[in-house]
Amino acid sequence: MTRITARRRHPLARYAVLLLALALLGVGYAAFSPKSQSADAAIASGKVDDVKAGEELFKSHCLSCHGPEARGTADGPTLVGVGAAAVDFQMSSGRMPATTVGAQVPRKPLPAWVTQKKIDQIAAYVQSLGGGPTVPSKDQVDPAKGDPAKGGELFRANCISCHNWAGAGGALTQGKYAPNLNSSSPAQIYEAMITGPQAMPVFNDSTITPQQKRDMIAYIVSVREQTDPGGFGLGRIGPVTEGLVAWIVGIGGLVLAAIWITAKRRQAND
Amino acid sequence: MTDHNPEIERPEERVPKRVIGTPPAATERAVLGEDKPAAPAVVAGVKPQDPRTVRKGERLAALCFTITFLAGIGFIASYVIFQVGDLDGTAASNLALGGTLTLALLGLALGMVVWARMVLPKYSVVQERHVMASDREVRSDVAEKFAQGVEESGFVKRKLLRRTLLAAVAPLGLAPVVLLRDLGPLPETKLRHTVWGEKTKDGKPLRLVVEGTGQPIRAADFNTPGGLLSVVPEGYEHDLTVLAKATVILVNLRPEEIKSGTNKNWTYNGIVAYSKICTHVGCPAALYEQNTHNILCPCHQSTFDATDGAKVIFGPAARPLPQLPIDVDAEGYLIATGDFPVPVGPSFWERGDAEAEYRQKGGQV
Amino acid sequence: MSTETGNRPETAEIPKAVSGPSSYLDERIGAGNFIRRNMRKVFPDHWSFLLGEIALYSFIILLLTGTFLTLWFKPSMGHVIYDGPYAPLRGVMMSEAYASSLHISFEVRGGLLIRQIHHWAALLFVAGMMAHMLRVFFTGAYRKPRELNWIIGVLLLTLALAEGLTGYSLPDDLLSGAGLRITQGVAISLPLVGTYVSFFLFGGEYPGEDVISRFYTLHVLLIPGILVALVTAHMVLMWVQKHSQQPGKGRTNMNVVGGPFFPSFALKAGSYFLFTFAILAGLGTFAQINPIWLFGPYTPADISAGSQPDFYMGFLEGSLRIMPAWEINVLGYTLPMSVIIPALLPLGLVMTGLALYPFIEQWVTGDRSEHHVVDRPRNNPHRTSIGMSAITFYGLLWLLGANDELAANFHISLFAITRFGQIAIIVGPILAYIITYRMCLGLQRKDAEVIGHGVESGVIKRLPHGEFIEVHVPPAEDIEAHMRGKTPIPALPDGSDEKGIPPKGMRGPLGRLRGRMSRTYGGEKIPMDQPHGDDHGAHEEIGEHEEHAAVGATGEGRSLDR
Repeated sequence: MTRITARRRHPLARYAVLLLALALLGVGYAAFSPKSQSADAAIASGKVDDVKAGEELFKSHCLSCHGPEARGTADGPTLVGVGAAAVDFQMSSGRMPATTVGAQVPRKPLPAWVTQKKIDQIAAYVQSLGGGPTVPSKDQVDPAKGDPAKGGELFRANCISCHNWAGAGGALTQGKYAPNLNSSSPAQIYEAMITGPQAMPVFNDSTITPQQKRDMIAYIVSVREQTDPGGFGLGRIGPVTEGLVAWIVGIGGLVLAAIWITAKRRQAND
Repeated sequence: MTDHNPEIERPEERVPKRVIGTPPAATERAVLGEDKPAAPAVVAGVKPQDPRTVRKGERLAALCFTITFLAGIGFIASYVIFQVGDLDGTAASNLALGGTLTLALLGLALGMVVWARMVLPKYSVVQERHVMASDREVRSDVAEKFAQGVEESGFVKRKLLRRTLLAAVAPLGLAPVVLLRDLGPLPETKLRHTVWGEKTKDGKPLRLVVEGTGQPIRAADFNTPGGLLSVVPEGYEHDLTVLAKATVILVNLRPEEIKSGTNKNWTYNGIVAYSKICTHVGCPAALYEQNTHNILCPCHQSTFDATDGAKVIFGPAARPLPQLPIDVDAEGYLIATGDFPVPVGPSFWERGDAEAEYRQKGGQV
Repeated sequence: MSTETGNRPETAEIPKAVSGPSSYLDERIGAGNFIRRNMRKVFPDHWSFLLGEIALYSFIILLLTGTFLTLWFKPSMGHVIYDGPYAPLRGVMMSEAYASSLHISFEVRGGLLIRQIHHWAALLFVAGMMAHMLRVFFTGAYRKPRELNWIIGVLLLTLALAEGLTGYSLPDDLLSGAGLRITQGVAISLPLVGTYVSFFLFGGEYPGEDVISRFYTLHVLLIPGILVALVTAHMVLMWVQKHSQQPGKGRTNMNVVGGPFFPSFALKAGSYFLFTFAILAGLGTFAQINPIWLFGPYTPADISAGSQPDFYMGFLEGSLRIMPAWEINVLGYTLPMSVIIPALLPLGLVMTGLALYPFIEQWVTGDRSEHHVVDRPRNNPHRTSIGMSAITFYGLLWLLGANDELAANFHISLFAITRFGQIAIIVGPILAYIITYRMCLGLQRKDAEVIGHGVESGVIKRLPHGEFIEVHVPPAEDIEAHMRGKTPIPALPDGSDEKGIPPKGMRGPLGRLRGRMSRTYGGEKIPMDQPHGDDHGAHEEIGEHEEHAAVGATGEGRSLDR
């Protein structure tokens, strides 16, 4: 009892409490800040035209929502005409098969049974139902072959109003959100543009050419991979985190310093 | 600064000398010029530190200052060693320069605090305060002198002098304001028009071109429902002042989705064009959800319904985004058949209810 | 070292290097008198007294780093094609201002560091001012004779916001351009003069080609010039009036207790400057701020999700976001209320409220006396509650300025946050007022209890009849002095004379309101030395003599609120 009381009255107790509060704040922030999921495996776009196998897989995994022959039900839209690209995008990013019903289907780790081969088979089946955009070739999405500067201009004109200047994502209406692009593979970025998943508008190949899309991919990839030369990127979401850091680290740190400078030293004998 | 009140300073002398801080050592003798054999230990409110603490403090502070010395050398070395140019080089340079600078400053700061806390004596010195106001005598003296000055100057008595002086400075005071007139042209009706009403050099209507590439858009190519494009007027791709009013978003809707708020005569095969400049404070309202057809402004979240004449469904904007009349030319490229029917962008005093006026003239907005 | 000092012969001469120049100056400007009076000027010690220095030192660092940046920055909106080292922008058309900012960041050694320190210092400048201002407000340190310095402070804060706005617009990147666009949207919405203000500011239609160079002049010359002048005046007044102090042992309204300027305060202030600089340098090294290369060059056609202003403008952004749509059209003229109200009302409310508060308080309490011992916030519950509800109002608006980041990062509906904000901005401050008021009274009660009953000593005693009690001892001397520093809040005399007629200034509706407010605001809510007729008083008596000395010794040199 007296020991605790004495410790509580120790001049360092104030710093300890402040530090603890700051640490709690930090932990709280870390707990609430979104974590980036592990990157998906790169998507091989080798085409396996196994419609039959795809149909079987569809029946066991997708039919309950998307209905027989993917004509759609109350729980899921028709997939006739969405194309292989849509299937590849939705499944390779873990969005499909969906597990939760919410404002938006989130990216998540792939279920164990989902392999690229099976995605390709289902994609082939869906493609056979009514055509639609196909999966891009490896060459079409190779960031090394794009011009990031040109892509950046298109990215700023069409994408950043939802996805943010650095692809960090942003809010949409009714709890929906534009996801951050840090874990999207080049093929997924391409497929998202041509299929317009969920709330995202479509950028078809006749208005934004495949070459221009590759430029945009080059920009996104080069920006997300580049070093932050000025230190930690603070989430690259701009002044909101900067303001928090200014108050917590800046003012917080300087208040600690002020307390130390003005604290009265106790005598050595007490 | 406080030289005006010698009388007020005097009472401090009545306070025992050592209370207001007798020099603890010889440091201030030249200025104070007093010979007072007072050892620091007996000065009230000044309690010397324990000699052991002082020795410890000296060593600690010296250590801190040594760190600063080394970090300072490190800073100069970093400047020479690390070259900038690419991102990684800049990152390394920033880290090296900033790290050494931080360390140097921190070392100096810590050393000085250790010095203040462990070497300097502990102070609890008392100094008297005095009422801020000067005493009555001074005040009346000032008042008297002022009155005398006024009297001598003749400013009150000599009306002609006073009035002409005041008259003389009035226009002179206005001169700087007048000079600022050329800061900018007058608004006139500039805010009511955009370049979309103009024609090209050969008299054709302006084409809509893709922002960022400058390509004209074939209506047949922009054919996917759910499509979106940011579009600017042909020939003005880099004229920011034009773009601030004339930028447009092109949305592809299924024709059956279009509701009565949208002027269908100004659409082409489900393609609708709205001003991208938000009617709230002018941010580009460019966030489009193809499944709800909401257009959202990322600045203040005004939300517009693209299927219904971009009317406001949420947020602080009070007016819909103006619709641009579009069509295709002979080669199938999208063109603007005229200007926006109403002024685009944020509201302003002279704007009035342009939508109502336009409707009165029989138009649909 | 102290032994050396002690042993130094009394007749030791001042070193030539010091005495030479000081004699030179004294012979020419008579500096000796001034220095004699001020060298040992006493400064009270309290950590909260250093908050304002954060702002002062940040300002000095802003001047230094800002000057460095001007050596390369080109305040021009002329178009250039970028051909610098940053590949994702190579070949892109941009303004010279943006290109030169990129040049400073990537091609000048230390350029990025200084740019980042400059921006962090700007944030700390404003944050330090705010923290300082809150300290002054909550402790009532703005009272006579310091009202003028308070007004200067309000001006400084206002100018700092303008300085910040003009500053972060200069790099002409896409993010700063969004702020500029909103500024223009607000300017043009002003009734009658809006379009003229906008055209004169931008040299024609938005954005034109003039605004960067004009903002540059404002940012590096005009506003800093005024800031330097006002900061100097602020310091001079502080010096002349001597610093206020916390209540405590031996501290009265007619003295100031602390350490002498030379060497104690000078050393501490110097070290605090270095701390500020070190924190800013550390932030500039380890935390990336305003990465303009990621934003791209400005064009009025584009916008990014999550476009926010710097934190001190966040409350304006929040108020613009939660305002419902409202526009009035009368006789062919337009009043865009959903812009005018949120842009001007909170700013006006906060700044005018701050500026007028000392005078309103004086009017309500009728208090015209000088105050040099500050209040503990709990001892003026209404003031503290007003302050807390203002903080809540400001804080909510600031938070709502980031409603999109909240929605995106926590997956909450954006509209729901906005609707919540529309209600919270009215309910929140009221709740804050009530809660704070109750807390202040509770804390005052606690103080009264400590004074009346003493503090728990942690010593358990067994009484002869077997009952266990904890011994209460009187609080340490300095803590007690600190608590007893409380003075009743002045109030107007109760008014009515024996015939029930109120005095002259308190007739009429305004006078009656004043009287009512004065009675509510002023007076003593929880008296300190009220005798408590319960049995605990006995323990106090028992404890006093045996425990006093020990507790007094351990508690020495501490004051309660640190």
